[in-house]
Amino acid sequence: MHAPVSWLRELADVPADATGADVAAALVRVGLEEEGLHGGDVRGPLVVGRVLEATDEPQRNGKVIRWCSVDVGQNGQMLTEGRHQEIVCGAHNFAVGDLVVCVLPGGVLPGGFEIGARKTYGHLSNGMICSARELGLGDDHEGIIVLQELLGGQATVDLKPGDDAIALLGLGDEVVEVNVTPDRGYCLSLRGIAREYALSTGVAFRDPADLSVRTGEGTRVAEPPVGAQSPVRPYAVHLRDQAPLAGRAGCDRYIARVVRGVDVGAASPAWMQKRLTQVGMRPISLAVDVTNYVMMLLGQPLHAFDLDTLSGSVGTRRARPGERLTTLDGVERRLDPEDLLVVDGSDTPLAVAGVMGGASSEVSASTTNLLIEAAHFDPVSVARSARRHRLSTEASRRFERGVDPDVTAAAAQLAVDLLVGLGGGTADGVTDVDHRVPREPVDFDTQLPTRYVGLEYPRDEVVTTLRAIGCEVGGDGRVVSVLPPSWRPDLLDGPDLVEEVARVRGYDQIPSAVPPGLAGAGLTHGQRVRRLVATTLAQQGLVEVLTYPFVGPELFDRLGYPADDPRRRTVRLGNPLSEEAPLMRTSVLDTLVEALRRNVARGTRDCALYELGLVVAPREEQPAAPVPGIDDRPDDETLRLVLHAVPPQPRHVAFAATGDAEAGGPWGAARPVDAADAVAWARGVARALGLDLVVSAADRAPWHPGRCARLALADGTTVGHAGELHPKVTAALELPARTVAGELDVDVLVAATGSPVHARPLSTYPPAHTDVALVVPEEVPAAAVEAALREGAGGSLESVVLFDLYRGDQVPAAHRSLAYRLTFRADDRTMTTDEVSALRDRAVAAAARATGAVQR
Amino acid sequence: MSGPNTQYDPVEVAALDPAAIDRAVEDALAQIAAATTLDQLKAARTAHQGEKSPLALANREIGALPPSAKAEAGKRVGQARGRVGHALRERQEELEAERDARILVEETVDLTVRVPRRPLGARHPVSLVSERVEDIFVAMGWEIAEGPEIEAEWLNFDALNIAADHPARQEQDTFFVDPPGSGLVLRTHTSPVQVRTMLERRPPIYVLCPGKVFRTDDLDATHTPVFHQFEGLVVDEGITMAHLKGTLDAFVQRLFGAGVETRLRPNYFPFTEPSAEIDCRCWVCGGSGTLGGVRCRTCGGTGWIELGGSGMVNQRVLRAAGVDPGRYTGFAFGLGIERSLMLRHNVADMHDIVEGDVRFSRQFGMEI
Ligand SMILES: [Zn+2]
Repeated sequence: MHAPVSWLRELADVPADATGADVAAALVRVGLEEEGLHGGDVRGPLVVGRVLEATDEPQRNGKVIRWCSVDVGQNGQMLTEGRHQEIVCGAHNFAVGDLVVCVLPGGVLPGGFEIGARKTYGHLSNGMICSARELGLGDDHEGIIVLQELLGGQATVDLKPGDDAIALLGLGDEVVEVNVTPDRGYCLSLRGIAREYALSTGVAFRDPADLSVRTGEGTRVAEPPVGAQSPVRPYAVHLRDQAPLAGRAGCDRYIARVVRGVDVGAASPAWMQKRLTQVGMRPISLAVDVTNYVMMLLGQPLHAFDLDTLSGSVGTRRARPGERLTTLDGVERRLDPEDLLVVDGSDTPLAVAGVMGGASSEVSASTTNLLIEAAHFDPVSVARSARRHRLSTEASRRFERGVDPDVTAAAAQLAVDLLVGLGGGTADGVTDVDHRVPREPVDFDTQLPTRYVGLEYPRDEVVTTLRAIGCEVGGDGRVVSVLPPSWRPDLLDGPDLVEEVARVRGYDQIPSAVPPGLAGAGLTHGQRVRRLVATTLAQQGLVEVLTYPFVGPELFDRLGYPADDPRRRTVRLGNPLSEEAPLMRTSVLDTLVEALRRNVARGTRDCALYELGLVVAPREEQPAAPVPGIDDRPDDETLRLVLHAVPPQPRHVAFAATGDAEAGGPWGAARPVDAADAVAWARGVARALGLDLVVSAADRAPWHPGRCARLALADGTTVGHAGELHPKVTAALELPARTVAGELDVDVLVAATGSPVHARPLSTYPPAHTDVALVVPEEVPAAAVEAALREGAGGSLESVVLFDLYRGDQVPAAHRSLAYRLTFRADDRTMTTDEVSALRDRAVAAAARATGAVQR
Repeated sequence: MSGPNTQYDPVEVAALDPAAIDRAVEDALAQIAAATTLDQLKAARTAHQGEKSPLALANREIGALPPSAKAEAGKRVGQARGRVGHALRERQEELEAERDARILVEETVDLTVRVPRRPLGARHPVSLVSERVEDIFVAMGWEIAEGPEIEAEWLNFDALNIAADHPARQEQDTFFVDPPGSGLVLRTHTSPVQVRTMLERRPPIYVLCPGKVFRTDDLDATHTPVFHQFEGLVVDEGITMAHLKGTLDAFVQRLFGAGVETRLRPNYFPFTEPSAEIDCRCWVCGGSGTLGGVRCRTCGGTGWIELGGSGMVNQRVLRAAGVDPGRYTGFAFGLGIERSLMLRHNVADMHDIVEGDVRFSRQFGMEI
């Protein structure tokens, strides 16, 4: 919302020396957010000039420029030794003798455009003759400003060349722009801003809705006294609402005013155009400008219909299924039965109530008779229509946030007065259908501010503040009855009023105190595990990244998932960032691979990444989540349904790497990263948590079927997979060949850990080593041989280490020899050679039984 | 070898001739001194201390002497052997020391050569800032609470007093989950964790809820559709806005530096009432708004940096979560982690944070 300081001065006693920044600071103090400070950036010389000569000169490019000689008073002497200024101008809407506005070299126009003398079209142009748009006074840039037209002949009688035009046109006026939060709908008007300014600074406020006290330019019209209009033909209004939302009528007040014989072609006066421009609106025509002006002043959206297109009355109803309306923006809209419409007597839709009018009843150049609508529409109804039709208008923004239902009549009257005064019309009588529900007072404990804020607020201060913001306060006990003002529909309960009390004293008065607190339990086991998982991967050389969790459906094909793979079951977004990625990832690897590809593309050839994050694992039947009310805690069953509808989102960690694990150089050859690295990283993570993963061969997308390891807990629970990606997958994802990757379910790791490790006493007797070489068929995994050896060797086996692997002449075809070193140690004695040999034989026998191993 | 011979005249025995012994000693000392390697010294030892060395021979001859001569000859030969032995030991030590020193020199390795044997990885700075923030609050006795990223609309909006038709709900740029009516959204803030926490446990509640949130913003230098927040929630008897301010003051001083202070400004959030915007004094320009005569870039010249929103938990939110607003009050606040990271570490462009380029994370290491 833009608030010109000069306009504000009409509504509040802004001190004469207050700057825009001062006004902004006062507004910020009571909770408006400063968005910017505009205007006031025009610098002279910007002066009145009289055109003495004007010669049209056709140019080769087809343009006709006008070379002018302009009297700019004594300013001319500075530049051209007393001669008149020679200025080249592109416009032709003026004549010799006209008074114009000249910016001379050295002057600065809005937006910081500095003007200099420049050579153009064969002349030295000493400045510029300005248009309204160039001066920030309006949208008109077709022609330059002719002051006699802009200000009227009477006002320009005393002007002489060289007079300062900055003061004349009010160009020094600053405009404060503030951001209005959704609860402060009333601040979408000068009336509201001025009230807040007065509240913040303690100066007097003059309510522009009080039409008995007329002040300022905005009401400087030759109007008949209030209520003195001709009482003929009050216009019929029929309010209907077949389907009120939540029991509230779509419209609880509708004022219809007819103004006849208006010269709608007349331009609105310069002061009005300037103000509209200052608040960011484009002046259009008298009828539109007046409705906008009143809206900006009072916050009440108005609509002007061409009366002659209507069939004799006006009213409201909800739309019918399939009904259509072409709105003012030229879009034909399919209406929804929830849309509240303004219709005429023959039931023809005229407007989506409170949002936008229809094209058929639009005020046109031929319009002479107007129907002015000032209504109060239900905020929810307007909000839904605006959202449904993606039409956020000045009107809908105000109705959604709550328009003062008590300002309706004043707004209608002011608009009528302006149209009569400026457009030469005559007004019919007033139709005011008023179904307003009386506001309810709230009981307010005057000690609540102290309880909430931690600062002492005496009862007197509380009551005074509430009255200052417009509340009626009754009762003289600790609990008072408070009736909030009509323009504050946001004040519903005690804490709402607490904020008013606190902000008027100032939030800067609130002391700083540390809350009592309690002895917290620190991080949970799961939180500690997560940090350790992340740190362990980083310490193994991987770099953490955080990717967006959005994927496209074809990713699952590229990853080679079978058609029935549960990882294809996911959550789809209704409004994704990109239509290419409307799904939520079901593995962290889904999005990590893209980060890897990007790094490689950017020249990081050796790259190892990891990410911890949530994935989604929707249930097969995904129920919709209920949306209960909020007056109370939902009952247990409803709450269970709400929580159950949220799909499970386990936390995973994924890693992916390509290039060299160890770089080559003078110290030795490079070692490319391989599938064993991926498995080792996973085992490293588990080991950091005190777990030893069971590794077995697996065939699972997106991994290479011969280079994929399943990683499990001792009880068989799958933790994840690691290995080399399938060559088709790396090709489809545009990753380097031999890229390795893994993914682990961190929640499984968390659940598997957390109970204390029981330490075993350490034996100080010496270890005994013995080696064994076993020949097994190729397909027998080393892990199976090792497991059998462990089982057969019994409790005094300390470790099993594979130290050699042999294929060749010494073993049968399709077999390999695995050489292990077994280390034994007893808790209570030095083991004898015979004991160790016996245990080794048992281990070998177990391996033979389990895997067909033959000792070499 | 000859046996004792009582008639034997020691002077007659050539090996025991004092001059010969002196000569043998001098020869030995000369050769020992001349030895420049341990091998040469070994040869000298064999020549002058070995079984066939003159002194060894002389020693053997002593037995053949008459008893009267034995003592003197023994003394002379013993002294000679002692001198040679001493010289050998000294030279041995010298040469060994030289050899050891030489080996160390020869073994010199240029450790300035960067051998990237197993380079360390790095954490993402967003994670590090998040953990640092968590630690600050855990140190104050708070706990860390978490929730899902795909969240029930009721928890993300309604229970936070953001009704379906409230303008604030439109301002949140929400990602909706298909099909329409699923009742699910990608959480737009970490505030639903507040509600979950209040539904799960009884006051007193002191929790911090960090996590990933989603808004349908386009990625640019200062915005990202996926970002991280942390939300603080305290519900207890007697909690006031002063406690909110005290908590925020303590927090910003621990994250941004001693002496940094906060300012509360009235604002509006549906889930808090009264509500406040949190600013903190710019620690770059000290709140002056200028740095060396030019406008401070960190705070844009205002002297204050906007950090986030806060307020007293709206009693409608307390009621929806089953907390008695007559007995308990609470405060809540929410701040952005990316924003904290950008401010604290001068990150100029959001792209660097979200694109997953390892060069970004590597700048930070594992502690921030
Ligand atoms: Zn600064």
